[in-house]
Amino acid sequence: MNVLNCNFADMDNDNDILEQLASREYEYGFVTDIDMDIAPAGLNEDTVRFISAKKNEPEWLLEWRLRGFKAFLKQEQPKWQNFNLPEMDYQKISYYAAPSQKAKYDSLDQVDPELLRTFEKLGIPMNEQKVLAGVAVDVVFDSVSVSTTYKKHLNELGIIFCSISEAVREHPELVKKYLGTVVPHSDNIFASLNTAVFSDGSFVYIPKGVRCPMELSTYFRINAENTGQFERTLIIADEGSYVSYLEGCTAPMRDENQLHAAVVELIALKDAEIKYSTVQNWYPGDKNGKGGIYNFVTKRGACRGDRSKISWTQVETGSAITWKYPGVLLQGNDSVGEFYSVAVTNNKQIADTGTKMYHIGANTKSRIISKGISAGQGQNSYRGLVQIGSRANQARNFTQCDSLLIGNNCGAHTFPYIESRNNTATIEHEATTSKIGEDQVFYLNQRGIDTEKAIALIVNGYAKEVLNQLPMEFAVEAQKLLSLTLEGSVG
Amino acid sequence: MLTIKNLHARIGEKEILKGIDLQVNAGEVHAIMGPNGSGKSSLAAVLAGRENYEVTEGEVWLDGKNLLDMKPEDRAREGVFLAFQYPIEIPGVSNINFLKTALSEIRDYRQLPPLTAKEFLKLTKEKQQLVEFDAKLANRSLNEGFSGGEKKRNEVFQLAMLEPKLAVMDETDSGLDIDALRIVSNGVNKLRSEKNAFVLITHYQRLLEYIVPDFVHVLYNGRIVRSGNKELALELEEKGYDWLKEELKVRESSIQ
Repeated sequence: MNVLNCNFADMDNDNDILEQLASREYEYGFVTDIDMDIAPAGLNEDTVRFISAKKNEPEWLLEWRLRGFKAFLKQEQPKWQNFNLPEMDYQKISYYAAPSQKAKYDSLDQVDPELLRTFEKLGIPMNEQKVLAGVAVDVVFDSVSVSTTYKKHLNELGIIFCSISEAVREHPELVKKYLGTVVPHSDNIFASLNTAVFSDGSFVYIPKGVRCPMELSTYFRINAENTGQFERTLIIADEGSYVSYLEGCTAPMRDENQLHAAVVELIALKDAEIKYSTVQNWYPGDKNGKGGIYNFVTKRGACRGDRSKISWTQVETGSAITWKYPGVLLQGNDSVGEFYSVAVTNNKQIADTGTKMYHIGANTKSRIISKGISAGQGQNSYRGLVQIGSRANQARNFTQCDSLLIGNNCGAHTFPYIESRNNTATIEHEATTSKIGEDQVFYLNQRGIDTEKAIALIVNGYAKEVLNQLPMEFAVEAQKLLSLTLEGSVG
Repeated sequence: MLTIKNLHARIGEKEILKGIDLQVNAGEVHAIMGPNGSGKSSLAAVLAGRENYEVTEGEVWLDGKNLLDMKPEDRAREGVFLAFQYPIEIPGVSNINFLKTALSEIRDYRQLPPLTAKEFLKLTKEKQQLVEFDAKLANRSLNEGFSGGEKKRNEVFQLAMLEPKLAVMDETDSGLDIDALRIVSNGVNKLRSEKNAFVLITHYQRLLEYIVPDFVHVLYNGRIVRSGNKELALELEEKGYDWLKEELKVRESSIQ
């Protein structure tokens, strides 16, 4: 086992120009007023039953929720993290909120105009153009899906892309077979909480041999005050199929911290491939760290079949605390797991993120590229586990873990764990730490580029290897986000 | 075009420039020579707006605009270009993308619309040929893994692309072999016009065989101690700087 902890928080002091990485206000700070159907705050068995009843769920799902709730009660808050975990009062959170207009719409005209304006402010591409561009958008607005487009076209291919509530009603056999098989109900305290009270989320099934012809995309948005958001996503790629799934999100400004504990499960059967991309931009809190989202997410994929592949790409720019380790269980022989990550922390943001690669089958391969960027007083940790099991002959892992520091008050930390029980495995780990230099910024200034744009260029160059993994449109959005997050970081 | 009056600048407590006067007109090429530590590169840095220099006295005007009041990027947009002695590497940022950004920023400042992709490509090709710059380098990350000579040539390529009024070239000849020196000089000679001006900072007379200056100035101890035409450069080459230093000592003691 190998544990490395590097802290470069206080390097040289000559970078005055790089010090003021701290003034940008969050751009997406507004609250949409829609008549909410909100559960009273508090958490007990009745809350779980209330949610299940509200959603007309079958008995087996309620039972599973209750198992999750019991597991939640037995678990404790984790203590291994590299930051102070704020005390969480689960009784103050309301666990269910749904827009009151629950009907599905035939066209956008029927959708609450207030809602549409929100989407517009966010630049969510629910308009015709975007649809023509080939993106089917399943918008989760707080907890209930309000619009699913392009469904028909996908239907013809046998692809199921709907809310998980709908999947429970329409395709119970699939949900029952796979739900909770990658992230068990007792996996960790936040996953257990999610199991008990999950509101909604997306469900995708790609049938055998089908290559999904478009990027499937969901936009999440937390909207009601004091409403925990507990999304549940389940994606199954049957034998020989392929799907690319995009998840992106923004949230309105508020004062109280909001807990977000989502669970995402991916299952790739024989010869199947799943590409899952995330751009996360939740409210990070103000300059002093007040407010902001706690993003405690459990994401895991299982490469069940031989030669299957799961690839996680994430660009994390938001949230007060980001805490997630999208992992892959490499069960099938010759299966491949990938993790590409850019995590940015500015002001008082904290990111503790990385991946877990479990090599179980023979000839399994994993590749980890992590790029951390810290500015202001941000703290950025890479935490990764590469585990090679005794049967994983000839397993290979490559890890590259880079940190970029902007200014003198931020921190970068690296915690790579490597556990190998098979001496035929090859494991490589590379790590670098660098600082944006005044010289680089001045060079770009001298070519007519102002300091903020200069930082954006440098940072995007640094993160290029990961951004290149994103689908085209998303990559552009992600580049803008990186620049936005770091704007005002250099004065 | 460029008027420098009694310019004093320091880093921390140390005064580096001690009263520089210089007039550069459009169409002219000025060479600034001098021994190590005389303040040549500091003068270039102060003109470009490097923050660690504090200007304590004096004025710098570019076509009637006060350069010292401007941020570095605005000086660039007004038409000041510094060819760096040690060009910086920026990994992952493609040379072309960087130039496109720079050009758009400069054009935007001058209230010109950005070039279309086609126009930009055409310009890039033209300028690449003009300064004999390898197209492969243009598509690589900015200066990353470039040899010393390639970096200098990239500076000249950028100069060609951005078409500044005033180009200050800080020891662009240092570290170049004869072939690279010829290519760099040819590039500069092709870019010379009645509308722009060049300030060449150099140690050696060698560069001035390729780029013939209209004026030569000798900087010593933070001041221009002698100005002349290209013959002065030859004289320096022959005699070194010591005779000048001697002469100055005599003059300073006679003032006292």
